Amino acid sequence: MPLPRWFHVLGSPPYVYRLADVCRPWIGWLALLLLVVGAFAGLVLAPPDYQMGDSFRIIYVHVPAAYLGTRLYLLLAIAAAVGFIWRIKLAHAVAASVAPLGAAFVIVAMATGAIWGKPMWGTYWQWGDARLVSWLVQLFLYLGYMALRASFEDRDQADRVSAILAVVGIVNVPIIYYSVEWWTTLHQGPTIMKFDRPSITVDMLIPLLMMIAGFVLCFVWLLLNRLQGEIVERERDARWLQQLATEPGK
Amino acid sequence: MKSAFVVILRRDLKIAFRRTSELANPLLFFLIVASLFPLALSPDAAQLRNVGAGVLWVAALLSSLLALEGLFRADADDGSLEQLMLSPVPVAVMALAKVTAHWLVTVVPLILLMPVLAYSFYLPLEVLPVMAFALLLATPTLSVLVALGAALTVSLRRGGSIIGLLVLPLTAPLLIFGTRAADLSSHGEPAAGPLYLLAALAVFAVALGPIAIAAALKVGLD
Repeated sequence: MPLPRWFHVLGSPPYVYRLADVCRPWIGWLALLLLVVGAFAGLVLAPPDYQMGDSFRIIYVHVPAAYLGTRLYLLLAIAAAVGFIWRIKLAHAVAASVAPLGAAFVIVAMATGAIWGKPMWGTYWQWGDARLVSWLVQLFLYLGYMALRASFEDRDQADRVSAILAVVGIVNVPIIYYSVEWWTTLHQGPTIMKFDRPSITVDMLIPLLMMIAGFVLCFVWLLLNRLQGEIVERERDARWLQQLATEPGK
Repeated sequence: MKSAFVVILRRDLKIAFRRTSELANPLLFFLIVASLFPLALSPDAAQLRNVGAGVLWVAALLSSLLALEGLFRADADDGSLEQLMLSPVPVAVMALAKVTAHWLVTVVPLILLMPVLAYSFYLPLEVLPVMAFALLLATPTLSVLVALGAALTVSLRRGGSIIGLLVLPLTAPLLIFGTRAADLSSHGEPAAGPLYLLAALAVFAVALGPIAIAAALKVGLD
């Protein structure tokens, strides 16, 4: 049975390299547009929160970063598993490109959470908050993956060994998350202010959704850049790449 | 398959007992780390009782990391690991046998030592069996995780420092449930809940862990 072409070609480095070249400007400009409009709507147009005043506005960076930071590990693990099972080198390249981005988004989420936590909780860091602690563990998982990958000379071996770690990691993520949550509900101090679940109004929600979409597109843009870098590094001896480099007008 | 498991187990136990100094190192490490904490904190009985369970758990975690990081190193160096992998025995069975052997010789003494150290931290007597039992349920998972780290880094010359980075974040649930069991029993409450969770994790790890270890060994020795 012939494979459908659209799926088949996604495993081919030259095709994906050119596809990234075509898509990148569109995604980049759209991401910029969404981020600028969303930031303006969130920081200027949205009304201040009745409890937190203007300091709630940090959620327009915090929530999208946290959303991406926690979910990108799933993308990493899926890409790594696809690469491991079907031996698709490009999937390994995707996993390798996702890891530092995911770690960066977790760091942004933790930093903005700390900046928000100082006036709200009275402390930058709160061990009693399940999300903070599980993000920290997740950051360690990203860093472990990157460290393992970096310690191998042979790229093929690095790909496959780190893929096993990514899959083991994703199996553990829910276990870690729920154990940390259970731990913090037992140790919850009375000093922490608890806000209700987001009963967020529409004029606060729309900028947030725009920011999330903007962050996702921004991530895709960054991923395409990193992926092209990975492809160039992996295929540096390939003829198509030398042709591309010597092509007039490039 | 069962007899292969027993043969490899016996072989590893024999090797371990011929190198008694290596056997004692993790245990001494555990003892020394645990006795550094009272020096660093204070000899105050109330404070030591508060931190005791946590300190001993972290010390146990670190010393089992030390005990198992070289699990496959010697066999990989002299080529016997490759021979074992060429044999018709499934690699996962071989890996499970090696992990069991190491668990028996390095971790079981640690479990036996735990109540003594816990007593020296002024923990109440009724907590001691709970702590030993929690450790007994948590260490199979821990050993499988550390063995996985050792398998992932088997082809690296200096894998030791990176294993901690890979494995320690994954041990957070063990630490949480283990210290929780000690905490509950020190307040006179039943500690069955966290112990059941530790047992569940152990079953999960022992069932699926060897498969991941086998995959890692196959890639590592490519």
